[in-house]
Amino acid sequence: MSFKHNKIMTKGLVLMSLWLGAAGQSLAEYNLNFQEPVNDVGREIYDLHMLVFWICVVVGIGVFSMMIYSIIMHRKSKGAVSTDFHESAKVEVVWTIVPFIILIAVAIPATSTLIKIEDTSNADLTIKVTALQWKWKYDYGNGVSFISSLHPDHNKARRRNSGVDVTKIENYLLEVDNQLVLPINKKVRFLLTSDDVIHSFWVPQFAMKKDAIPGYVNETWTTIDKEGVYRGQCTELCGQDHAFMPIVVNAKNENDYNAWMDKQKTAAAASAAEAAADKVWSEADLVARGEAIYKGKGGCFGCHGANGEGVAIFPKLAGSPVANGPADKHIDVVLNGVAGSAMAAYSGQLNDLEIAAVITYERKSWGNNASIVQPADVKAAR
Amino acid sequence: MSETMTHDAHHDEHPSGIKRWLFTTNHKDIGTLYLWFSFIMFLLGGTMALVIRAELFQPGIQIVDPNFFNMMTTLHGLIMVFGAIMPAFVGLANWQVPMMIGAPDMALPRMNNWSFWILPFAATMLVAPMFMGGDFMSGQGPAFGWTFYEPLSGQYDKLAFFVFAVHLLGFSSIMGSINIIATILNMRAPGLTLMKMPMFVWTWLITAFLLIAVMPVLAGAVTMMLTDKYFGTSFFDAAGGGDPVLFQHIFWFFGHPEVYIMILPAFGVISEIIPTFARKKLFGYASMVYATASIAFLSFIVWAHHMFTVGMPVAGELYFMYATVMIAVPTAVKVFNWATTMWRGSMTFETPMLWAIGTVFLFTIGGFTGLMLGVAPADFQYHDTYFVVAHFHYVLVSGALFGIIGGVMYWLPKWTGNMYSEGLGKLHFWLTMIGMNLTFFPMHFTGLAGMPRRYADYPLQFAEFNQMSSIGAFIFGFSQLILLYLVIKCIKGGEKATDKVWEGSHGLEWTLPSPAPYHSFETAPEIK
Repeated sequence: MSFKHNKIMTKGLVLMSLWLGAAGQSLAEYNLNFQEPVNDVGREIYDLHMLVFWICVVVGIGVFSMMIYSIIMHRKSKGAVSTDFHESAKVEVVWTIVPFIILIAVAIPATSTLIKIEDTSNADLTIKVTALQWKWKYDYGNGVSFISSLHPDHNKARRRNSGVDVTKIENYLLEVDNQLVLPINKKVRFLLTSDDVIHSFWVPQFAMKKDAIPGYVNETWTTIDKEGVYRGQCTELCGQDHAFMPIVVNAKNENDYNAWMDKQKTAAAASAAEAAADKVWSEADLVARGEAIYKGKGGCFGCHGANGEGVAIFPKLAGSPVANGPADKHIDVVLNGVAGSAMAAYSGQLNDLEIAAVITYERKSWGNNASIVQPADVKAAR
Repeated sequence: MSETMTHDAHHDEHPSGIKRWLFTTNHKDIGTLYLWFSFIMFLLGGTMALVIRAELFQPGIQIVDPNFFNMMTTLHGLIMVFGAIMPAFVGLANWQVPMMIGAPDMALPRMNNWSFWILPFAATMLVAPMFMGGDFMSGQGPAFGWTFYEPLSGQYDKLAFFVFAVHLLGFSSIMGSINIIATILNMRAPGLTLMKMPMFVWTWLITAFLLIAVMPVLAGAVTMMLTDKYFGTSFFDAAGGGDPVLFQHIFWFFGHPEVYIMILPAFGVISEIIPTFARKKLFGYASMVYATASIAFLSFIVWAHHMFTVGMPVAGELYFMYATVMIAVPTAVKVFNWATTMWRGSMTFETPMLWAIGTVFLFTIGGFTGLMLGVAPADFQYHDTYFVVAHFHYVLVSGALFGIIGGVMYWLPKWTGNMYSEGLGKLHFWLTMIGMNLTFFPMHFTGLAGMPRRYADYPLQFAEFNQMSSIGAFIFGFSQLILLYLVIKCIKGGEKATDKVWEGSHGLEWTLPSPAPYHSFETAPEIK
């Protein structure tokens, strides 16, 4: 979807008048309501939501029309004289019991849906999802795992004074570098946890939302009805880039999914072999790989700035004592993070080669000039 | 000089200038201080809301960096809850409780002074870190949401400022509550039995008990945060064997009663206003009292409905769902009672009545969305989206805030001795009404369509509704300057108010002259 600025304005005005009841129906149903669910549980939740909504509408119409009627008819300027009607046990008992019965009528379907939502048994596939500030790590449990973060183009565009017209970007803020690929018509179970603060995993069309909490493994599940790309976002405030860690699910049929998985397995084996090899890398190679990680997968630039200048309250790396000091300290910070701060431990996110590369990049850029780091140094420090 | 004479002379001595306000033990002066303080905080918190809305006017980041944005949402929430709404209610209680129960002053005047004068220091401490940074945009204020969930809040560098600010706010609230309870239970005029008390007094009595029960819990939560951060404990740190979810349980055990603390006194205010302008007794007085007490009781046993997504066992989720939707029953009773009070009355629509009716209509909408949120399976879709933002602003703006403004309008002639300008009052009401609905109604749609809350930037499909909300917010915000002008104008002069002020007035405060004397009832009135 892409809008022009003035078009937004016009649309806004049209909507405003629609909302005021002046214009006709011009919106797709799901723009004002939930996104279309793509599984049974989602449809059940939608029905439950609409049931409670219509109950509220009916009760609201009743109460509001009574009030509006008395506002119009029982006003002093119309000569209304007040009565002494200020107590009636009968009326009061009725309007205590009736809401109670309505609530029971809502609680019954709600209970059965809730039990269904929380039943994660008999899954065909389990994905471990680890939330990080501010990206997601997906692990298929068969050696295939990767980190998924906001697409680099979007990440550039969303900066203050980026000079990019974000309204021209397709799926702005809803695109990632590595999509989560899932098979359709299979019960997929997600195991959710976090490496730092609490995040929340939500894909609206799957109608599931569960927090990813450090020290906890939460479970949720979905079965996707049809192929397609489904987009969601983090829904628990997790720091400055909370709005910039989308979830993009690419649901494929079984054959396409298997083909994709085979390719991933091969690639995973190759990169593991490369990192494990006791090769000594040249400075230029390390810096080039490090820059790609700093600005991509590692997400380092989010806090430390694209040119090591630091962002808001987060430290700059250009000229920093760590990036210009002994390599051991630098490796320790990146591997293990800094307790009590937003600096995460990257030991589980990046392999030895990647960590060596990003550290070397930081130590050789923006005026910094310190020793380079080899994968073997990182391996020794683990 | 005899003992009595010294005593009397002391009473007549009114220090003037700044000393009058610093050392005052008078319930009216302290009430005034509370109300002005809360108004200043309201404008400050409102300005922060306008920064938020300006940033969200269109997609992309134009004005403030995300960390600053989070600081705005955090401080906006904290300031409005602890700086604007709660002190405003204490201000109303200070002014009105002694006058409504026929007492000369509050029971504990010196503590009253102290509980107010803590507040400006607490607020300063809360906001100060915002100005500690290289430049304004890198201010170091709290940026973890008003709910300050661990472990995110544990990453905050200036946590001690936040913790001690919350402690001070807690001291102030507890002392204020003790004072209100002591006053109501001990200083009622002879014959004014509990079940004859005005609804405003009842709701505040119950609120004060809620405050005393939950503020220590909040203090405990922030103290544990403090020791986790600086003294090596691991209450909430999973790596040290602690439990981040425990924090949420403790927080919401405070937080849920807290939302009723912010709404019950407003219920009291409109239960005073509607009978006056409907010229009819409040319908179902006894059931109003019981409903308020039931809401207060239920507020303690529903806290985890704020946490349906943390992964509780199904049985826990079911329990919290059932208990939560139960609150709809006493709340519905209250709404029905107000509607029936208006039924076959003889209504006029002075400004306070407009605010009261506005509250009943819009609070009811907030109540409906509250019921929807209470249904756990559906809550998975609503949770932490703009639907929730819409819900609690319908409850807190058009419930608590409208109630406060209604109360101020209702009693202002009694306080100042002058009538306010009806024209300005109505203009302010209608502009606020339009601005408020334009801001918050579209948020229902943005939320349902899937926009998470506390987002500094958003995908393009949410652009239109966000733009509407932003326009509404500026109308709403700037309209409040009318209120400021109206109140100052009314203090300075205007048509003299009669003692009774309103044709349908009921209650002891209207038997006092306007403006009310410095010591409200020097001799207790007799209630038959």
